[in-house]
Amino acid sequence: MVIHLTKENFKNIVLETDKPVLVEFWATWCSPCQRLAPILEDLATAVHPHGVVAKLDVDDQYEIADEFGIMNIPTIMLFKDGKIEDSMLGIHSKDTLKSFMGL
Amino acid sequence: MNQVIIIGKGPAGISAAIYLKRAGIDPIVIGKDLGALGDYKSTIENYYGFDQPIDGKKLIEDGIKQASFLGIQIIDETVISIKDNIDHFSVITKTSNLQSETVLLATGKTRENLSIPGYRKFKGKGISMCATCDGYFYRKKKIGIVGCGHYMKHELEYLSRMTKEITVFTHGNELDEDLGFPIIKEPILEFGGIDKISYVKTKNGTHEVDGLFIALGAPSSIEFANQLGLIVEKGNLIINQEYQTNVPGIFAAGDITGGKLQIAKAVYDGMEVADYIYKYLKFKKTKTA
Repeated sequence: MVIHLTKENFKNIVLETDKPVLVEFWATWCSPCQRLAPILEDLATAVHPHGVVAKLDVDDQYEIADEFGIMNIPTIMLFKDGKIEDSMLGIHSKDTLKSFMGL
Repeated sequence: MNQVIIIGKGPAGISAAIYLKRAGIDPIVIGKDLGALGDYKSTIENYYGFDQPIDGKKLIEDGIKQASFLGIQIIDETVISIKDNIDHFSVITKTSNLQSETVLLATGKTRENLSIPGYRKFKGKGISMCATCDGYFYRKKKIGIVGCGHYMKHELEYLSRMTKEITVFTHGNELDEDLGFPIIKEPILEFGGIDKISYVKTKNGTHEVDGLFIALGAPSSIEFANQLGLIVEKGNLIINQEYQTNVPGIFAAGDITGGKLQIAKAVYDGMEVADYIYKYLKFKKTKTA
């Protein structure tokens, strides 16, 4: 299951875990992002329980999006041990995202 | 409503059009330039059936003639945008807005279009290739757009709904038209900034920007992919065994799907994809009937 991130749960889910966390920064008006949604659902199932897949609405949760300087969507960021490990733009396959997570 | 619009009139696109036509479907082919073969410098000696080496441009022009002879409609225009309307697609050119059940992307391989210092560094850090994806971030901000043709004007129209502070950079190209925004025609020398782009340097000045959109020349399949949400890996469109992208109804063939960048492969792709488009349309019809 893809977790929806908010100001309230971001720290706990993304930063305070020993699992790799993939976060998609997206928005409701971003039509390419809609195409990533089913891929992320598949990915979440494929990496469970070794990794976490989450998404963050850049309008709703703009404070966090601003903190990470998001200027293109979809941006995909990988967090490991509470830090940004890597990031990439655009739509990717489940397999590519899985290996991006190191899983 | 059209059944198939093919974007690109190279070996993959034309071959697909011929096989579709023979299967009783009337495809429309849209394309402006002749792609990699149009300016291929040497002759072709490894393609079947020619006793003498052949000129790339001649081969591609003959392919287009062959398709026209079979009654296939070929529109000599640049596609500037493709829109996903859930149950069909809109293919937009300078003069028309065509609706189609399926789209075949056979545009050839994208060319890395800018070698300006700072381009790679700030791509994704204030430099965007997709107004519809990223325009919203620049509401009421100062932005630039690089381009000089209809693609640029199409993107500009969209961006002008987000902000009024837009500068057009033609990067040395002519543009004699009042767009309602300042136009800088000097070639761009550098994109600069620290973490993200903050200025565009031209011969006679430095222009501050919060973001910059690139819409030079004609959009490549990669730009269409960005608009539509297609999976792109290492510069190639990713397709399944049926030549379909991750968006149902959008197919791809030829160089843009990777593999061997050869005419024989593109022609083969065209034949195969025609079959799968035919099956897709037929299945769709039986499902909705």
